[in-house]
Amino acid sequence: MSSKAFKQPASLRALSIGFMAFWLLLAAFPFLWTLWGSFKVELDFFSKADWTDALTGARTVAEKGTAFTGAGYEGAWVQEEFWRSVINTSIVCFCVVVTSLTIGTLGGYALSRSTYRYTFWLLIIALIFRAMPPITLVSGYLLPFFAWNLWGVLPTTIIVLVAINQPFTLWMLHSFFQKIPKELDESAKVDGCSQFQAFRHVIIPVMWPGVVTTGLFSFLLAYNDFAVTSMLLSKDNQTMVPKIASFLGTTQTEGNVMFAVASVVSATAPLFVLVMVFQRQIVSGLTAGAVKG
Amino acid sequence: MQRSGLMQHKTFFWFFFPTATAMLLFIALPILSVVTQSLFTPHDQVFKIVESCGPFGCKQITSIDTEATDALKQARPLGQWSGLDVYLDRGHLAVSEVAAAWGASDSMGQFFKAIGNLPFYRAMSFTLTYTFVVTPLLIALGFMIALSVNSLHRHLKGLAIFFSLLPMIVTPLIGSLILFWMVDSRGVLGTGLQWLFSDPDLSLKASTSLTWVMLIVYGVWHSAPFAFVVFYAGLQTVPKETLESAMIDGATRWQQTRYVVIPHLMPLVTFVALIQLMDHFRVFEPIVGFNAEAHATSLSWIIFNDLGGETRLLSSASTTSVLTIIGVSILLSPVLVRTWRDFNAKG
Repeated sequence: MSSKAFKQPASLRALSIGFMAFWLLLAAFPFLWTLWGSFKVELDFFSKADWTDALTGARTVAEKGTAFTGAGYEGAWVQEEFWRSVINTSIVCFCVVVTSLTIGTLGGYALSRSTYRYTFWLLIIALIFRAMPPITLVSGYLLPFFAWNLWGVLPTTIIVLVAINQPFTLWMLHSFFQKIPKELDESAKVDGCSQFQAFRHVIIPVMWPGVVTTGLFSFLLAYNDFAVTSMLLSKDNQTMVPKIASFLGTTQTEGNVMFAVASVVSATAPLFVLVMVFQRQIVSGLTAGAVKG
Repeated sequence: MQRSGLMQHKTFFWFFFPTATAMLLFIALPILSVVTQSLFTPHDQVFKIVESCGPFGCKQITSIDTEATDALKQARPLGQWSGLDVYLDRGHLAVSEVAAAWGASDSMGQFFKAIGNLPFYRAMSFTLTYTFVVTPLLIALGFMIALSVNSLHRHLKGLAIFFSLLPMIVTPLIGSLILFWMVDSRGVLGTGLQWLFSDPDLSLKASTSLTWVMLIVYGVWHSAPFAFVVFYAGLQTVPKETLESAMIDGATRWQQTRYVVIPHLMPLVTFVALIQLMDHFRVFEPIVGFNAEAHATSLSWIIFNDLGGETRLLSSASTTSVLTIIGVSILLSPVLVRTWRDFNAKG
C-alpha cells in the first residue's frame, strides 16, 4: 500500500489504530494477567478487597515474604505430579505427529497422483469424517476397549488421535502435493523408478514445507484434545489437559486453585513458543484451505 | 508415456492402505457401533425369589441375582433390543413430553418454556443460539481486525499477527479457564464489571443470560483469529487496479470497501461461515471450563456427562451422539455441495 492514493485520512487512521490496540489488549491481556497472577497467592489472584493486590501482591508479601512465589508451580509440579502429565503429553504428541504424517503423506501423495474418480469420493468421505465431533465416536470405543483391555493406556489414545487426525492431514497434504509438478515423479518413472522409488527420491526431498505445516496442526490437535484423552486415559496416564480439568474438581474446594493456574500457564508456554517459531507456517496452513476455494 | 503418469489401482491401494485402515477402524466402525448401541438399552437386573425361613415361619424375599445379571451381560454385552425407544424417551427427543406440553400450553412462549426443561431441547437451544450468534460476530470481528492489521506499518504486522493468533491456538479448555478466572466475581474483570454497574453482588455465573453472553464472548474471542487470518490473506489479493479506478470515479473509502473489497472477500466469508458453523455446533470445552452446566449445556456436553459418570450410560450417550451426527450432517451438506461443484468445475 505504498501508493499515495491509499493513504488513510487521519481520523480513520486513529480509529484503526485504536481498534487494533483494543483487539491486541483483548487477545494478549488475559495471558499476561494469568502469567503474572500465577506467581501470587490465591487471595491476591482472586482479590475481593482490592484488585490492585493482584498487581502488587500485597497478600503474597505478607504470606511468603516476597512479591513473587513459586508455590503454585511447586504444588502442581511436585505435589500433584504434573510432570507426569507433561511427559505423557510429550509422548502422545510426538507419536501422533510422526505416525499421522507418515501414513498421511503416503495417502495424500496417492490421492494427488491418481486420476481415477474414486480419489474424489475418498476425499469426500474424509471431509465427512473430519466433520464428526470426536466426542460422538467415544461411546463407540469404550465397549471394545474395555473388552480387549485396551482402555486407559497411551498407545490406544495415540492410535485413536492419529485416526481422528487423518481426514484433515489427507486434505492438507493432498493440496500440497498437487502443487508439486507431476512431471517430477513422472520423469523419474520414465527413467525406470517404481512409484515408491519416485516418491522416495524425488518427492520426499521437496515435500518438507507442506509436511511441517500439516505436522503443526496435527500437533495442535493432539495437544489441545480434551474429549478423547479425558475419556480414554486412566488417571495415571492422564495428559495435561484432562489433568488440569481434574484439578478443578478436587482442588477448587481446598483453596488450591493456584495449582490449576500454574499448570495452565505451564501448558500455554509451549504454544507461545510454537506460534513464535512457526507463525508463517500456521498462517499459510490456515489459508491453504480457504484460498483454494 | 501417457500411461506412466497414471497411478495404477494396485499402487494406489498400497499407498492408501495404512491411512484407510486407521480411518476405517477408528472412525467408520465406531460410527456403526454408536448407531447400534443407540438401539439397545442396558439389561434389567435379574431378580430371584428366595424363600427364607426363620423361627416365625417362611417368607419370600426378592433379591437381585448378581450371577444371573452378570451372565446375561456377558452373553449379550450390548443389552436388550429397544429399537427407537431411547430416542423417544425423556432424556432425548421426549416425544410424549413435548406432546403433553403442546396440549397444555396456551401460548408459544409457555410451550417453549416447558420444552426448555427437557435436557435435549435445553442443550439444543444453547447449541443453536451459540452457533448462530458466534459465527456472524466472529466474521465481523475478524474482518475488522484484518482491515486494521492490513493498514499497519509492515514492521508492526508480524507482532500484531502473533498476538492475534494466541486466542485461537491456545487449548480451548485452557482459554476458557483463563477467561473464567478473570470474570470470577473476585477476578479482575468481574470486579471491574461490579464497579461499572455499581452492583457489588453482580456475578456472571449466577445468571443464565449472563452465562450465555460470557460463553458467546469466549466463542468470538477464540475463533475471530481464524476469520482474521483468512480475510487478511484475501486482502492481499484485492485487485489494486479496481480500487484505483473506483477512487478515480470518486468512490469514498467506505464505498471502496463496500463495493470492491467485500465482494472480493465474499467466497472466503462463505468458507469461514461454513467451517465455523460446523465447529461451533460441537461446543463443549467452554462449558466445562466456565463451569456453566447449570445454565448452559450442549449436545457434546450431554454425551460427555453420560459417559463420565460412575455408571457409563453407553446407550444414552450413543443416542445423543447419533442425534449430534445428524445435526452436523445437516450443517455439512452445503460444504459437500460446494466441494462437489468445485470438483466438477475443475473437470
